[in-house]
Order: sequence, then structure tokens, then C-alpha cells
Amino acid sequence: MNGLRARLSHDAAALALGGRSVARALREKNVEILCVGSRGLFWLEPLLEIETSGGWQAFGPVAATDVPTILDAARNGTPHPLFLGNIQDHPFLKAQTRLTFARCGTVDPSSLDAYAHAGGLVGLKHALDVGPAKIIEEIAASGLRGRGGAGFPAAVKWSGAAAAAGDEKFVVCNADEGDSGTYADRMLMEGDPFLLIEGMIIAGIAIAGTKGYVYIRSEYPHAIAAMRRAVENARDHGLLGKSVLGTYHVFDIEIRAGAGSYVCGEETALLESLEGKRGQVRAKPPLPVHCGLFGKPTIINNVLTFAAAPTILAHGGAYYQSFGRGRSRGTMPIQLAGDIRYGGLFETAFGPTLETLVNDIGGGTRSGRPVRAVQVGGPLGAYFPPALFDTPFDYEEFTNRGGLLGHGGIVVFNDTVDMARQARFAMEFCAIESCGKCTPCRIGSVRGMETIDRILKEDDNAGRIALLKDLCDVMKSGSLCALGGFVPYPVLSALEHFPEDFVRRCL
Amino acid sequence: MSLIQEIDFGTPVRHAEKRVRLTIDGKAIEVPEGTSIMRAAMLAGVQVPKLCATDTLNAFGSCRLCLVEIDGRPGTPASCTTPATEGLSVRTQTDRLKKLRRGVMELYISDHPLDCLTCAANGDCELQDMAGAVGLRDVRYGYTGENHLADTKDESNPYFTYDPAKCIVCSRCVRACEEVQGTFALTIGARGFGSRVFASADEKFLESECVSCGACVQACPTATLIEKSVIDIGQPEHSAVTTCAYCGVGCTFKAEMRGEEVVRMVPHKDGKANHGHSCVKGRFAWGYAQHKDRILKPMIRGNVTDPWREVSWDEAFAYTASEFKRIQGRYRRGAIGGISSSRCTNEETYLVQKLVRHVFGNNNIDTCARVCHSPTGYGLKTTFGTSAGTQDFDSVEQADVMVVIGANPTDGHPVFASRMKKRLREGAKLIVIDPRRIDLVRMPHVEAAYHLALRPGTNVAVLTAMAHVIVNEHLVDDRFIAERCDADTFAEWATFVADPSRGPEATEPLTSVPAKALREAARLYAKGPNSAFYYGLGITEHSQGTTAVMAIANLAMATGNIGRPGVGVNPLRGQNNVQGACDMGSFPHELTGYRHISEAPTRALFEAAWGGALDKEPGLRIPNMLDSAVDGHFKGIYIQGEDILQSDPNTKHVQAGLSAMECVVVHDLFLNETAEYAHVFLPGSTFLEKDGTFTNAERRIQRVRKVMAPKTGLADWEVTLALAAAMGVPMPYDHPSDVMAEIAALTPTFAGVSFEKLDALGSIQWPCNEKAPEGTPVMHIGGFVRGKGNFVLTEYIPTDEKTGPRFPLLLTTGRILSQYNVGAQTRRTSNVVWHQEDRLEIHPHDAEQRGIRDRDWVKLASRAGTTSLRACVTDRVAPGVVYTTFHHPDTQANVVTTEYADWATGCPEYKVTAVQVSPSNGPSEWQAAYRKHAIESRQIEKPVAAAE
Repeated sequence: MNGLRARLSHDAAALALGGRSVARALREKNVEILCVGSRGLFWLEPLLEIETSGGWQAFGPVAATDVPTILDAARNGTPHPLFLGNIQDHPFLKAQTRLTFARCGTVDPSSLDAYAHAGGLVGLKHALDVGPAKIIEEIAASGLRGRGGAGFPAAVKWSGAAAAAGDEKFVVCNADEGDSGTYADRMLMEGDPFLLIEGMIIAGIAIAGTKGYVYIRSEYPHAIAAMRRAVENARDHGLLGKSVLGTYHVFDIEIRAGAGSYVCGEETALLESLEGKRGQVRAKPPLPVHCGLFGKPTIINNVLTFAAAPTILAHGGAYYQSFGRGRSRGTMPIQLAGDIRYGGLFETAFGPTLETLVNDIGGGTRSGRPVRAVQVGGPLGAYFPPALFDTPFDYEEFTNRGGLLGHGGIVVFNDTVDMARQARFAMEFCAIESCGKCTPCRIGSVRGMETIDRILKEDDNAGRIALLKDLCDVMKSGSLCALGGFVPYPVLSALEHFPEDFVRRCL
Repeated sequence: MSLIQEIDFGTPVRHAEKRVRLTIDGKAIEVPEGTSIMRAAMLAGVQVPKLCATDTLNAFGSCRLCLVEIDGRPGTPASCTTPATEGLSVRTQTDRLKKLRRGVMELYISDHPLDCLTCAANGDCELQDMAGAVGLRDVRYGYTGENHLADTKDESNPYFTYDPAKCIVCSRCVRACEEVQGTFALTIGARGFGSRVFASADEKFLESECVSCGACVQACPTATLIEKSVIDIGQPEHSAVTTCAYCGVGCTFKAEMRGEEVVRMVPHKDGKANHGHSCVKGRFAWGYAQHKDRILKPMIRGNVTDPWREVSWDEAFAYTASEFKRIQGRYRRGAIGGISSSRCTNEETYLVQKLVRHVFGNNNIDTCARVCHSPTGYGLKTTFGTSAGTQDFDSVEQADVMVVIGANPTDGHPVFASRMKKRLREGAKLIVIDPRRIDLVRMPHVEAAYHLALRPGTNVAVLTAMAHVIVNEHLVDDRFIAERCDADTFAEWATFVADPSRGPEATEPLTSVPAKALREAARLYAKGPNSAFYYGLGITEHSQGTTAVMAIANLAMATGNIGRPGVGVNPLRGQNNVQGACDMGSFPHELTGYRHISEAPTRALFEAAWGGALDKEPGLRIPNMLDSAVDGHFKGIYIQGEDILQSDPNTKHVQAGLSAMECVVVHDLFLNETAEYAHVFLPGSTFLEKDGTFTNAERRIQRVRKVMAPKTGLADWEVTLALAAAMGVPMPYDHPSDVMAEIAALTPTFAGVSFEKLDALGSIQWPCNEKAPEGTPVMHIGGFVRGKGNFVLTEYIPTDEKTGPRFPLLLTTGRILSQYNVGAQTRRTSNVVWHQEDRLEIHPHDAEQRGIRDRDWVKLASRAGTTSLRACVTDRVAPGVVYTTFHHPDTQANVVTTEYADWATGCPEYKVTAVQVSPSNGPSEWQAAYRKHAIESRQIEKPVAAAE
């Protein structure tokens, strides 16, 4: 009757905020819905875009009860309190440099055609033309570093696997996104899954690998479904399978659901889990590029690392390299979370300071209370007080100040936070998630919790604080992987910047 | 004497041509590339503290005690997982490292009971050692935090306990179960602080998949997994290296002692057959040596219905000698004979055959190999020229394709099976040819490419059909045949096997093996590149046992799979010294080294050495002795360490033969079944009580060392000597080493063997002589011992033992991991918890037809006899086939086996008996009568003093 078209995010965040009932209300009004990923402006989800004579007009955050008035407003061009105008012009989006998330929220994630129409597959086609050596050259030129947290140069990994001898090689995507306050992997897999597929195929060509796995945490059912659908679609269209886009290249992808363990995001534990074993960390060496999945040469990269490859191949390594600063090149999808006014995904070239990110872009706290600390890089990241907010978003700058970028998540805490409790939480998190293999992590995390508990219960804690520092030293230097090895970051940073919290409490 | 301490280098040895040089704490060392820093340090004389590392397991990197610093590298890498590379400068002891190690140890001890003084591992605990090594003085966390101290102990296993309270979660047990044993029974359950060792899915050890090999106990650095014997007795104070007395693998053990009491048997890393691994029998089941059933005094009786009377050794020898002399005087010289034992040492076996040939003056000497591997000797001698397997066990590490036929290694030869499994996990392919789905067909991380479930008795047809495929598909190794084999016999054989009547399609109706699978398996074997046959009694114990051995030899020659590591024909010998017993001249027709008694020059050599003429005619084999006894011609026998009544076929016939004799002398540890018909019982000594040597399945001669005085006063070899002396022909030797010296002097293949050399080298594989002064691991390199390889035609002739309306099923027999042979030893250990009785495996289809349910009593009848046992309904056996073990005298499985035997060697056809199975109410009348007789005939007269 009215023939209206709408774009509505069916990203998990939008669904959690009532997206499904909005969709139902739209369907009742016979509005044609185009399901898309999220734009990443979470405070505006569910975000509804309506096609009007004046182009796409956005409204948000929308409740089902708002739908009739929004439709009227859109049809008649009348004002509406939730009216946002053309979302592309929203300052939060306009301030971004979206290379990886350029399409997310605008295209139908289940359609390979839509992906190709929106500029997809250009990088892959170029990669097929130039071959493995040139692919790795471009990746090297781009300065791309692993986006999972360690920031290891992707080209070094890829060329290592390319050079490794093996009758079979694997491309493994780490989508076990478990850091607190991070969601970029999920958003991408739900909103633009073909980009990841394209990136993995490029990696496969680069190392002569023929099989890829995407290991997605089991808490991401929507992402798992979206990726499965996309992989099937890609197979049906000859993007995956025995002949990639009609070439002699063979590449297929299998989607695997994780086993519910944070440590399975550690690359070697992930490999164990993929092999059907207990998710337990392997000692290195041997490195996965030489002896990885099922003992074969394997590259393991994060979703965002693979997803950067198509852009690099399409526009050249130099183009990607032109963004960023120092040794941190390209863009990073920064995820703003916690007590923050404008929570969401902000993709930008490396370089903005924490001040800019938290207070300018993020708008300060949602509660209106003063910011006391931010934790960058997930539960194992350091706590930074506002005094350190001049730190630019850059791998080396953060390392120099005792922090880490991790997967690009920033969680904001207001002045009600108890930093000793946060330190205890870090130990508790480690205790819960430890695979149990190495002693510092297995026993140390529990003793860490107990020691902090005692600090909070008793007086005269100099000895206990010294013990906690010693323990952090043992965990940092002695742990087998980054779980136990990085727990000291939040603990020691809390202790360093907020010593006043580590005192006996009145019960 | 002291406790032998083995050096633990922390990580396994690496073999690499390229060597790298590095310095560790300033000491320069050169090691093969790939060697860990930890191992390099140990080689340089620097011990880096460690807990999760041990050199029998791959590096794991979990304990974090072995951290080191490397100049120019950040951090503190673990020395176990970091490879040594050229030019490294490593420091193992710095202030930083000291502090870190102490910190790690502080964490360990914060969750560990502080009961060192009363702990069974006190004095043998690596955690204790490391706490000392890192200088731990204080646990600042206290002991009130979360802990595992109240976790409950699992004492279900009869031999060891699992105490999770003491577990440091190093995973050494789990890794040993995986890497060494290959059972994958253990895992780390839960995660984080809750991580603990689980047997199977958190079950009791006894109820889990654990096979009690002991690898986990050995790997455990604390008292978490510890032998109950250590808990009971305490730590050993001295030890001796000796050889296991169970199967033909011949594992080397350290007998760890306290005084004359065995504390435990620990597999020795230097053992070349087992490389530090063991199975439940050798590791734990030695309790029979102290069992109350052991007879420690000689006994005689005039009549087998009389009770036994204990006598002195002198009286026993005098009585026996007088009886044997009386019999020889009254009947003839050939009216007596002897049976040597595959359980006893080479020296003892040699002495028994010498007693028979030299003192008895005839060649009526045979051995239990008659009933197991005699076809191996005959078949391999005919084709290759040597009566023995062609390889060493290490060879399996280079095999690409293994054919396991008529053998069940995981039960019968478990330690070697573990090595096979390891190689299979590395990617080697497996073909199993067996009527039964043995465990190797599919077990954790091992799966056979083909399981050809043939009908019992059709080995020759299957092997010949494989040859047919290989010849007709041009898969033969022409060059090998041209260079190494006899052209005429090959041509004749090739024509023979190529005949369509011998192909897989033509023989499928007989063998039940699908032709397609057989063809593919044959191709796989031929393709190799290194293919090896492993076989057992499922090949030899048939009417065509020798033919089947030769069919295997033909295949190995035709495909060039002989004469180098990784290939060959590998008989898995059953008993500890069955190879040795055969080598030592235990067969009636052969002197030591398989030289025929009719050869005058050989005979002359022995006659000169022994001082007396030898009979040039071969003597009687065991079945002939029994036949002759029934006929009234054979009257006296000396049986050392063999229970022919239980182990030989057609029990009733054996009974009749023994009953017809006038003097049966049984020399054994126990009043075994045969002793029911004995007149003289000479108590035997265990392998712990004597010196000597055993020869295992790979021709490896290994020392048996005395760790306690013979409980009877005399070792077995001394008994044989005393018997000879009592008969008036002294055989003067002071020590078994003198016997070996004589064997070496008289036997070309043993010419270089001596106790001194064995002590120096650890072991020697014969031939050992001038050409091979340190022995011969792999035989027929460059050429066959007999000259050219000899192909033999292997026409399949079905056994006369046929199924029919009365006996429609085929019975085949075998054994189980926890029991050994007739069970004389293992039934007298706690191993009975795993196998209390023999069961009859029957396919669900056959069971259903007969109304038989699992665990029902069933009657098993053949034309030879009837027995009863309980059923186990399982599809492990094919329809039409039933299977049982023969470990328990109550079952008397050999009551039903028949007198059919191998055409060449007389080896009984145990593996094929036509039977019928029907429901029954319990043991048969015969079994009841037998049990009554067994009790009556074992009565020992009470000493007079006690009777008053």
C-alpha cells in the first residue's frame, strides 16, 4: 500500500535493544525491511533507516511503538523526535575513517552480490592476478599488524607460513572475541561477513593454504549463523571451493563454534580446541606457522587482520600505510564501552589520544559522573587514570606507559569504581579462565585473589602488597601465555595509579 | 650395591646431522640441532631445575621452573621448550631467575600437603628436590587458601594409588599415557585451579580405560601416583638390572630392592627392547614369586594317588636318578626324555638338553616352542636361512606399512604394541588380518586401513591371494629378486600364485575376505615403501602353520621388504625365552644354533666337548612322547617349567600319556596341573633368584640377574646339574657364565657372546661372532643367510578340522593383557581383578540362535571334549566364530582342542576347532571331576611331628 523500504540492523546489539519488535511493527505496516549489520552507533540502536524521496533518513533509538509515527514522518517529511537525518552525516560517523567497516550497516550481509556491488572482491581479484609473493609484499608495505592484541606484523607471519614446507597448510581465523568491551569482530561477521571470507582467501593464496577455519566463540550465535550463511553463499557462487572465482586456487572455509573458554582465544589453545582437544596452551616454539593446526603450517589471525587484507590488496599497501602513525599503521576499529555516552565502534587511523576518544568522541560518561579510569585492551589491559589521557592510540605509546592496545576495546569507569576490586577481578577472571597448564597462572591467580582479599580485610599490608607485586612478577615472566602473563597489567596499574584503594575496608 | 640412578636429561634426544654450539653458564657445548637448552645444559653438566620435563616425554613447558636467560633475548624462556641454536649464551642462575623460581615453588607448596616425613615418596620426590634446589624458605601465602588437600585418594587399582592432594598437575602421567603407552586413558579434567588428573571421564582408575602399564606412575614426580608396594615397604636401597620373565618382548627392568625384598620393578631406560616402558605384567605382577602356593621343598611319592612327601634335595635327586636308571634298565635308553622351558634361562635350557642328550643318552628333548613357534623356525630357515625374526624392535620406527596377522600385540606384547601405536600415530598405515576385531583395529588415534576378518584356518589362502595380486599387478620388486633371490624358485612361485584359482575373488568364498579389500591391502603392502609383517600364534598354530610363515616370507622377498630397517618378518614370540629355548638345541633334531643332530661334524664338536657319544637319530617330540607313553614305550620324563597338561592340546590325551608313565618329574614353582600326575616334584626358582640370560623375539640376549637367594636353596640350573651328577654323569659348572662360555664355544652364531660383553653392551642380538662382534640388529642385509632367498609354493589345504551339523562354529583361542599363558604366575597376582575367568566370545547372531545371553553359562563341545564357561556376547568375533582365552585351569579350554597339527613341525592347531555351543547350568561333570582330582592329587603329607 505504501511501498516503503527500511534498513534495520539485525546485529546482536540491536536485537538486544528490541530490534525484533521494531521489525515486527514494520512488517505489520507492510514495510519492506532490508536487514543489515550495525553502523556501530549503539546508543542509537535499534537504528531505523527509511528510504524517502529525500534519500535514506535515519531514526533512533526506535521502539516498536515509535514505528507508526516514524512512518508518518518519513512519508510526509514532518519532524520526529527520533529523526537523525542522513546517518552518513552523523558526526560520530563523519569523524571516522572507515576502511574495514565501510560497508557494515549498509549492505545485506547475506548477499554476495550486494557485497560485490558495494566494492567487494576487488582485492581478491587483484590478489589472484599478482600471486603470493606480491600479496605478501603489499601486506608488508601496508604495515598491517595483528589486530588480535599482540600487534605482530602480519606479513612476517604470512611469509613464514608461505616459506614453510608442508603438504597442507591452514588459514585460521581467531573469532573467539572474548575481551570485555569488544565487539568489532562480531559486528563485522554479522554485518559484512564476505569481507572476512575475502581476506581469508587472500591469505590462503598467499601461503598456498587450501583450508580455512573460523573459530567463533559460542556466545556469538548470530555471528556463527551469519558466517555459515555467507560461507554457503560463497560456495554456491564459486567464491569458495575447488576453484576460487574460476581459477585453479582451491580454498574452502569451515565455521567452528568455540567451546566457551576465554583462553581458546590464545592462538595455540585455539588450535588445540580446533583439533578437538582440551583448550590448553601449547608451548612455543614450534610456532604455528611451522607446526600449527594438525601439525601443519598455519597462520592464525584475528578477524580484523584478515578483514584489512582486501582493502590493502584493492588500494595498495601504500594507501593503507598512509593512515596511522609511527609503527601503528592503517586504521583501528576502536570499541567504546563502559560508562560512556556515545558507546560504539569508531574506526580511525591510529593516533587520537585517549582524551579525544573518551571525552570528545565518546562524550564522557553516560552517567555524568567524572571518569576515574579506563581499561584499554580487554580484561588484561592496564587501567589508565585521566592523567594519562594524553596517550595516543598507538601500540608503542601504550607499551611505553605500561599498557596495551589489545583488540582496541576501551572500557570507561566513573568515580564510583573500586580499583582494588577491579584488581581482584582481574585475578578472578584469570582464575576462572586459566587452562590450568602452567603453574603461575593456575595457582598464582587464586593466590592473587586471596592476597587482595586479605589486603582489604586486614591492616598493615606492606608485606602483602610486596607479595602481590612478587606474584605479578612471577606471573608476568613465568606464565606460558598472555593470560597469566598479562594479568599483572590491570593489577599493577591499579596498584600504581590508585594505591588509595588498597586498604582495609570497614565491613 | 646401591640404587641405580638414571640421568634425566629433561627432554628426548634429538638426532640431527647439523650440530650447534652454545655456551651455558660459560661452558661451551655442542649438540645436535633441535636439542633443547635444558638437555644441552645437562650435557654440559648444568642441572636446570625442572618438574614437568622428563626425557621420555616431549617438552611441555608447564611448570615454569626451568626458566633461563639468553643474552640478547627478552624475557625468561623455558629451557625445555627452547631449542639450542648456534652461538647462544645462556644463563641458568641469576638473581632474577632465582627469584622467579622461588616464586613458582612458593605457589606449588601453597597447595601441597606438608607431610614429607610420612610421605611414601620421601627420598624419591622431585618436588621435594626442587624445593631444596631453589632454596624455598617461606610460603608467604600461608596454607589456608584454596587447596586440594582434602581431595580423596583413589586406591582402586591393586598396584598403585592416585592421591590428587599431592598432584602438581605437571601432566607427566597424562603425557606418558599418550606418548609412551598410547592408551589415552588419562586427561586433565576441569580447568584452572580445579585442574586434576582424570582417569577416563573422572572414573576410578580400576574402572577406567587405564591398562596399568605403570608409565604414569613412573612419570609422576611426586607421590600422587605411587606403587602400593613402596607405600607398604618404603624406598628401595639397591637395585639390579634384569630382564622380565613374561613375554617375548624382553623388557629390561631394574629390580629395586630393600634387602632381599623386592620393592618394585621399574622399567629401565637403557633397555633396548623397551626403552623404559613396561606393561602390567612385568611392572607389577611379580607377586607370584612370593606367593604362598610356591613349593619350596622337593617332594616325592610312589604313586600319583598318594599324598606328597617332603624330602631333602639329596633324597629327591637320588630317587629320581634311581627311577630313571631303573626305567632305562628295564625298558630301553629311549624310554625317558625331557622338556625344557621357554621360561627358564638359556643356560638352564642348554643344560636340560645336555642332560637328555649326554646323560640320558638319547635325543628325547623338546620344548614348549613345539606348541607355539616351531613353524617360525622351520619356515624362516627354509626361506631365509635363519630360524628367527629378521629385525630389531627399533625397526618399527621406520615402518610405513605394518601388517599384523594372527597376533594381538596390545594384549600379548603390550610394550611393543605401544611402539607400534606410536609409529601409527606418526602416520604409518596398518593392515590387520585376524578373525577377531582386535583392539588395534580401532583405538584412540589408531585405525587400521584394512581389517581383513578372515575365517580361522585360511591364512595361507589369504596370504597367497595377496601374492597373486602383487604378481599379477606387477608390484614385485624385480631388482631385489634378481639380486637377492633364487630365480628358479621365484619363477615357479610367481606362476603358482598368478593362477586365477588363487586370486582374491576365487578364494573369497573360503576366506570370507572381500576381494576388493584384499587387493587394496596387498597394494598397500607392496607400495610400502617400508612394509613389515608382525605375526603371532594365529599364524603358526595351524595345520598349515609352517606354510603360512613361508607365505609371509615369500611376500617380503617378492616386494623387497627384507634386509633393512623398517621392513622384515617379525614373529612376536610368546614367552620370554622361547627364542632362546629354540636356539639352545631344545628340539629333538637340532643342537644349538639349529644344527641337525645328524650332521656328523657338529655332533663331533659336542662329543669332544662333553666327552661321550651322541645319538645321531632325532628323538621324540612332545606329542610323540605322549603317544609313545600311551603305547607303553615311554616311561619317564623330566619337565622343567612347563605345564603340558594345561597348555597342550587335547587334555585327555595328555592325561592318558602322563598316567602311563612310571616317573614323571615336574620342576616348577607351583604344583601345576601336570604335577597331578607327577612322582617327583622339584621346586623351581624364579627369575629373581638366579643368574643367566633370556633371548627375546628380536634375538636379543639379555642378562637375568640374581637379586635374592633361591628360596628353595637351589637355582634351576643347579638342580639340573645335581640330577646329572646323581645319575653318575657330573656336568661341572660354577656359574651360568661358564655355561654361556660353552655355548659360545660350540655355537657359531653365539661365538662372540659372553657375560662380560653382555654386561658391557647391555644386550646382544645374535648372530654375534667375528663378523658381527656387537651382534646383528637387522638380518639378511646385503644377502640372505642361506645365500639366495628361497620361494616356497604355498598351496592352501583346508584343515581336516571342519565344521558340520554337529560342530557348526569355529573356536579360536588367544590371550588377554592381564594374564599370561596358563596363568600359573598371573593368576597368583592381583591381576585377577581384570580377568577372573575365561569367557567365550560369541557373536550376537549365534548367541541369539542358541538362546544365550551375556554372562550365561554355556557348554563348549568339540569332538575331543566338552567344557563349560560363561559367554560374552560381542561382535568382536564374526558370526560363526567363537573365541576364548586359556588362562584358567577351571576352564580347560584345551579339553576341546584337537590333535591336529602343523604338517612340518607338529605344532598343534589350537586356532581352529569345530565346536558347538549350547546353554548349560554350570561347569561340566568333567570339570567337577577334574577339580576334585586336582585337590586330591595335591595333598601334601603333614610332617610327622605336626601330626602328633
